[in-house]
Amino acid sequence: MKLELQGITKRFGSLVANDHIDLVVEPGEIHCLLGENGAGKSTLMNVLYGLYQADEGSILLDDAVQHFSGPGDAMAAGIGMVHQHFMLIPVFTVAENVMLGHEQTRAGGLLDLAAARAKVREISARFGFDVDPDARIEDLPVGVQQRVEIIKALSRDAKVLVFDEPTAVLTPQETDELMAIMRQLKQSGTAIVFITHKLREVREVADRITVVRLGKVVGEASPTASNSELAAMMVGRSVSLTVEKTPADPGEAALVVRDLSVIDPQNQYVVSHVDFEVRRGEILAIAGVQGNGQTELTEALLGLQPRTEGSVTLDGVEIAGLAPRRILDAGVGFVPEDRGEDGLVGEFTISENLMLDRSNGAPFVRGGAVQKAVLDAFAEEKVREFDIRAQGIGTAVGRLSGGNQQKVVLARELSRELRLFVAAQPTRGVDVGSIEFIHKRIVATRDQGVPIIVVSTELDEVVALADRIAVMYRGGIVGIVPADTPRDVLGLMMAGESPESAGAAVAPAVTTTGAAQ
Amino acid sequence: MSEKIPGEDQLPTPGQVLPLAPEPQSAQGVEPGQASGTKPADEVPPPPAANRVMREILSSNWLMTLLAIVLALVVASILIVVTDENVQKAAGYFFARPADTFQAIGRSIGGAYYSLFQGAVYNFARPGFVNGIKPLTETLAFAAPLIAAGLGVAVAFRVGLFNIGGRGQILIAAAVAGWISWSFPLPPFIHMLVAVVGALIGGAVWGGLVGFIKARTGAHEVILTIMLNYVALYLIQFLLKTPGALQAPGTSNPKTPPTDPSAVMPTLSDLLTLLNGGTQVGSFRLNVGFILVILATMFVAWLLNRSSTGFRFRAVGENPHAARVAGIDVKWVFVLAMIISGALVGLAGSIQVLGTNTSGFGDGIDAGIGFDAITVALLGRSRPWGVFFSGILFGALKAGGYSIQAGEGIPIDIVVVVQSVIVLFIAAPPLVRAVFRLPAPGSKPKARRPRLTAEVTR
Ligand SMILES: Nc1ncnc2c1ncn2[C@@H]1O[C@H](COP(=O)(O)OP(=O)(O)OP(=O)(O)O)[C@@H](O)[C@H]1O
Ligand SMILES: [Mg+2]
Repeated sequence: MKLELQGITKRFGSLVANDHIDLVVEPGEIHCLLGENGAGKSTLMNVLYGLYQADEGSILLDDAVQHFSGPGDAMAAGIGMVHQHFMLIPVFTVAENVMLGHEQTRAGGLLDLAAARAKVREISARFGFDVDPDARIEDLPVGVQQRVEIIKALSRDAKVLVFDEPTAVLTPQETDELMAIMRQLKQSGTAIVFITHKLREVREVADRITVVRLGKVVGEASPTASNSELAAMMVGRSVSLTVEKTPADPGEAALVVRDLSVIDPQNQYVVSHVDFEVRRGEILAIAGVQGNGQTELTEALLGLQPRTEGSVTLDGVEIAGLAPRRILDAGVGFVPEDRGEDGLVGEFTISENLMLDRSNGAPFVRGGAVQKAVLDAFAEEKVREFDIRAQGIGTAVGRLSGGNQQKVVLARELSRELRLFVAAQPTRGVDVGSIEFIHKRIVATRDQGVPIIVVSTELDEVVALADRIAVMYRGGIVGIVPADTPRDVLGLMMAGESPESAGAAVAPAVTTTGAAQ
Repeated sequence: MSEKIPGEDQLPTPGQVLPLAPEPQSAQGVEPGQASGTKPADEVPPPPAANRVMREILSSNWLMTLLAIVLALVVASILIVVTDENVQKAAGYFFARPADTFQAIGRSIGGAYYSLFQGAVYNFARPGFVNGIKPLTETLAFAAPLIAAGLGVAVAFRVGLFNIGGRGQILIAAAVAGWISWSFPLPPFIHMLVAVVGALIGGAVWGGLVGFIKARTGAHEVILTIMLNYVALYLIQFLLKTPGALQAPGTSNPKTPPTDPSAVMPTLSDLLTLLNGGTQVGSFRLNVGFILVILATMFVAWLLNRSSTGFRFRAVGENPHAARVAGIDVKWVFVLAMIISGALVGLAGSIQVLGTNTSGFGDGIDAGIGFDAITVALLGRSRPWGVFFSGILFGALKAGGYSIQAGEGIPIDIVVVVQSVIVLFIAAPPLVRAVFRLPAPGSKPKARRPRLTAEVTR
């Protein structure tokens, strides 16, 4: 089915999120939407899916004008959407989720689960998914859950499929698998809209690329364009895709972690006996496949894990076991992995979010009262400095685009006097221009002599930022290696190989540093 | 996050359709339970369902509130009409003389609302301004404890807590205020202030206890407050029956002695009489309690909107996870919020004993205020001045309700119907929107729970 958007305009108050956007997606085509954070990509897709009503313009499917008053209409017309955050019911099985919303019943009003199961099997077989119809959603890894979303859309005969940043939460392997699925879908004639900030993915699967900036289509790019060409077109200026940084000039060890373990409520060690130190003015990147204890490790450093063992000293002072407030006050900046859940209060304004972890004293609080003038001046400054795209500092953070939300968190955490900076997935969902900016800021912070821990599942980011790389696997640190360690060695380490054997397997010449103890 | 926010997942509330899954994390090459990628269910608590329902309700705008009131009045009109005998009679010959029916309907509704106005605002039938305005002062007198308790419930709401324990907090506060009044001979006015402070402390203790237990054990505050209502009730009943405790000496009734006159809140009449050189002016029951309530409203407005404590309260109410990561002590916020909530409800208790009912009280001294306060807070969308005006509206309904019954023979229950319908419509904004064909704020996507790196959507 051919999808055509004509002159779609969507305003939020005075803000024009979509300004007369035209877009044609042919059947059997993967059409990439590229654009900065806040360019209006998600808004456009939400209009298409009936979640928003366009102020102007029309949606055409096979040249017939459509009127969607909600997602139900869009689905019925053959549009499917795979959201970044899945809309599945965790305690239901795959089959139950797939039939939810258009349940078929047998005589007597009984649910026809068998039919749903068969449907799941049929679609799985068609696309080579390995999905058990009777598995419970909550037991499945993210990548598989996403496949369930796809099955769900396909089971309703979706001929147009929208993927809004589907890869932000996937591991590299899962991403590759998703790409393969998208190609298959394309072969079977589905029209696909694909939104991502990762240029590699764009170039890998896109047939056509439309670039959106400030709510307008600024042109088409060719899939053969180079990363920097694409980036420049998106941002409207040339972007340096590599981080410029001088070699680290590390000082003495500031953060010393000894035999640190985190125990979860099931009495499992989710972080087990890790030892490392971070020196002043160096970036230690923690690499690893998502779910190998990185999240718990960073939370433990911040005092957010209830059960830990071992010792953590910052500038010689023991901080393990302190309350988060005390640790923050000791000068630790923290960017949590899940900004929506742990980093921001969606209903709060940008200003309020900028003081979220500083509500206990100067400069924003005096005599028990919030100093609104001080806060607003600060917020204005940070919005400018971090290029946070919003109508104003009074905008609720929940209304910002994902990348701009991330910038609010970073602006808050980097605006304090820091003695340690811990950033988990600092650029998740952020556009290339902003990644450049954020990386620069992190490096600048390092150069001020702050020890930095960056957790990232993106190998690109790890390699770009790190002065040393620690690889985590099953809660332990497999090894700490220099930043110039070849990627295939890192890859093997992420699968649990020790640096020695990984190095030997790839190239016998690679040696590990003494930094890994 | 791994540490549980106490009590979040203990009790399914109506808004909670499904338990949300543990955050799924992919763990390729990781066996579960080893370096586990999946977190156990109780480890990642859902955002408090109560919060979501509350947010939905509280984020409805003023227009919705107004429309809900209008709708409630319309529904009440219909009830008044169909139960009116004159209308029924006229409808009997509707096709012969339809105008009669409409006249009867008009007279019925007009009469009801006119006597509501007369009972709640100004009575033209009485001679002179002083007598005419008495209904308005009655409205405000009824409103004062409702506002105070409503503020208490609202503060708790803003932190994401349901304080259903108004009744218990009022009972305890009333007992303390009464006990101070007849146990300590103090100079007038100061006596009253001391009694008020005692009531605030009593309410704060009873409320703070809830926060404390919740923070300690994770028990759900709804259950705690309801249980503590019973504890307070039976405690007071026991004390009322125990000579030497609250029971008036020399009687066997479960009733306290009258409030000591020096602790009684001076009324508007007292003030005017004083100004008038001793000649009695009017018989207004409206008293100093209303001034205390205005002060309390100003305090709560400052607390919630200007203070750093209020900032933390709201942060915890909106997103306890982010609040915790930001170094806010969520448990302490629960305790503190319940202390303040209980103290405000306690103010209502003191107004009851030192103002409304000074002739000695029994276990019914809360007069339903503890529960009405929930409605008042909802209608006021838990905004301090919103609560203030919704309290006055409820005071007016109470004051006017009696006059409707007396003047028009319409049962006072109609007032309860109006109150209930208002709540119904406030709690069901989509219904109100549908009735008035307002555009849904669903010109933005529905609230979804953010997962992993999900954007904060609303
Ligand atoms: N419900 C809303 N109310 C007000 N403004 C909104 C709303 N939703 C989005 N916006 C604004 O519209 C603009 C476009 O947002 P949108 O989410 O479409 O961006 P995006 O291109 O998807 O960005 P990202 O890459 O960061 O996800 C942003 O400036 C955003 O703040
Ligand atoms: Mg988006």
